Amino acid sequence: MIYLDNSATTPLHPKVKEKIIESLEYYGNPSSMHASGRRVRAYVEQSRREVADFFNCSPEEIIFTAGASEANNTVLKSATTCCAFCNESRGHIITTNIEHPSVMNTLKCLQQQHVDVTYVKVNKKGVVDPADVEAAIRPDTVMISVMYVNNEIGTIQPVDEIAAVAAKHHIAIHTDAVQAIGKLPVNLQKLPVDFLSLSGHKIYAPKGVGVLFKRMSAKKICPLITGGHQEKSMRAGTENTIGIIAIGEAFRQLRAEMDEGNKRIKMLRDKLEDGIKSDLDGVIINGDTQRRACNISNMSFKGIEGESILLRLDMHGIAVSTGSACSTGSLEPSYVITALDVDPSVAHSSIRFSLGRETTEEEIGKTIEAVTETVNFLRRMSPLT
Amino acid sequence: MNGSGWNYSDKVKEHFFHPQNILESDEKEYDADGVGYVGSPACGDMMKVFIKVKDDRIDEMKWQTFGCASAIGSTSMLSVMVSRDGGMRLDEAWKITPEMIIDELGGLPANKIHCSVLGDKALREAIKDYYRKTGQEDRIPDDDKSRTICNCLDISEEDIRMEVLEGVKDFSSLQERTKIGTVCGQCVDDAKTLVNFYAGKYYSEEIYTGNNKKDTDHA
Repeated sequence: MIYLDNSATTPLHPKVKEKIIESLEYYGNPSSMHASGRRVRAYVEQSRREVADFFNCSPEEIIFTAGASEANNTVLKSATTCCAFCNESRGHIITTNIEHPSVMNTLKCLQQQHVDVTYVKVNKKGVVDPADVEAAIRPDTVMISVMYVNNEIGTIQPVDEIAAVAAKHHIAIHTDAVQAIGKLPVNLQKLPVDFLSLSGHKIYAPKGVGVLFKRMSAKKICPLITGGHQEKSMRAGTENTIGIIAIGEAFRQLRAEMDEGNKRIKMLRDKLEDGIKSDLDGVIINGDTQRRACNISNMSFKGIEGESILLRLDMHGIAVSTGSACSTGSLEPSYVITALDVDPSVAHSSIRFSLGRETTEEEIGKTIEAVTETVNFLRRMSPLT
Repeated sequence: MNGSGWNYSDKVKEHFFHPQNILESDEKEYDADGVGYVGSPACGDMMKVFIKVKDDRIDEMKWQTFGCASAIGSTSMLSVMVSRDGGMRLDEAWKITPEMIIDELGGLPANKIHCSVLGDKALREAIKDYYRKTGQEDRIPDDDKSRTICNCLDISEEDIRMEVLEGVKDFSSLQERTKIGTVCGQCVDDAKTLVNFYAGKYYSEEIYTGNNKKDTDHA
């Protein structure tokens, strides 16, 4: 199989896999005082240091969660509540109109509890203007949440500039950085965000583990899951020790590999786009081709529908994803692509290719051929071409 | 991508990967006796059907689509259904329903039914076009036979059933799409009953396999 859906999830890094197999033996509870518990505690804390080293932050600022959706929920729900008044949400949150569903739907839920939300619109390339964010600030604004890299089109948001705006107005800032980690250097000494969410399974660690970075100076958070004192009382429940050990290893590998790896991935991504565009007319690259993560290419193929393309590529053994309505089970195509102010048919025709560390040049060559064959086949039966 | 959308029957896959009766030649060159066209690329679905008629039977049905796998599979199936055994009589072809196509396909995932309703609609448009071109307008069946639910906006039970087949699952989305009940409001309760009935009928199970029951037993 040619796997070009690394933004959906990644295969395990072989070193991470080794570490998981090894750690299956460590059953101790890190909260236990005895040797078995102390040993696992040491591994968990080692993992926390690996993550902190990657971000140039303090290990105390790293909270392990079950994933980025949990981290996003924790931050956003905390922003408008506090433990003493948990049933009473209030305030105003600013975000964009192309956030991940774990931000969008959490905010919709908060809106039903009387929190106001402003969804700042991105431009035609999918980039939000920091001036628009600043203009949306109100006296009761409690948080700004802007994703670092969009999951469908790979567009990079000016999170640094938006963080400066937030600091100027003394408003907390959160970034959902799931798709940025491992693709862009993120130095939290330089990037002044208060909160950052990420997920393990997008960086060659397993599903079910993620990280919430909470800057020491940031407002206390209200745990989503209450119970024991794990994760400094910010996330109760016995730690997912195997997942935590795995994500630490994934970060260790990222530090070693990402600079060189990303150069190679970008070269392959550009080769894919150049190859397809030279073979086919009517190809649109969605999003900002410059301000973009190195591994994502979102293309629309004029006159044909995305799910048909996806399933025919699947027949060729190539895995991609689409923003067409037929893939979502709803009647609406991707809200990210439609936010780019394009004709809705462009969203219905969109395919996301997302490359990873295992992608090879040979696979890209085969993909160009298969895409060309598929698009030509489907266009022959299209009334629009 | 919702993984449950992948539960296509072998028959759907067969027709999707090897679609039958696609019009690959130039439309003018083909010179159809009737052409029907429904949907729009903005909605993500668009279907064009071309028929040739001989002795009041469908001699050939060709088609083109901007559509997903189920739209391609079901229209390919439809084209086979109407042209086999010497071709279907026009009045019979007019009566083909999405359920009949779904039966032949061995079922469709419930969230894909709305993709399968375009082919038969476009076929009826093509037959209408043929009737008009040949001076047989009187053969175009009266579409108002189904009872009217919303008198203000002239929306029939059949219209509501078609909306549900196209993906509407509750009253609020029916209202969003049709504006039903927004004028005098008298039909709201009737419309709610109908939308719930048809949504229950078509979407209660993950795979809708079609059935032969009459649609009238809800009254």
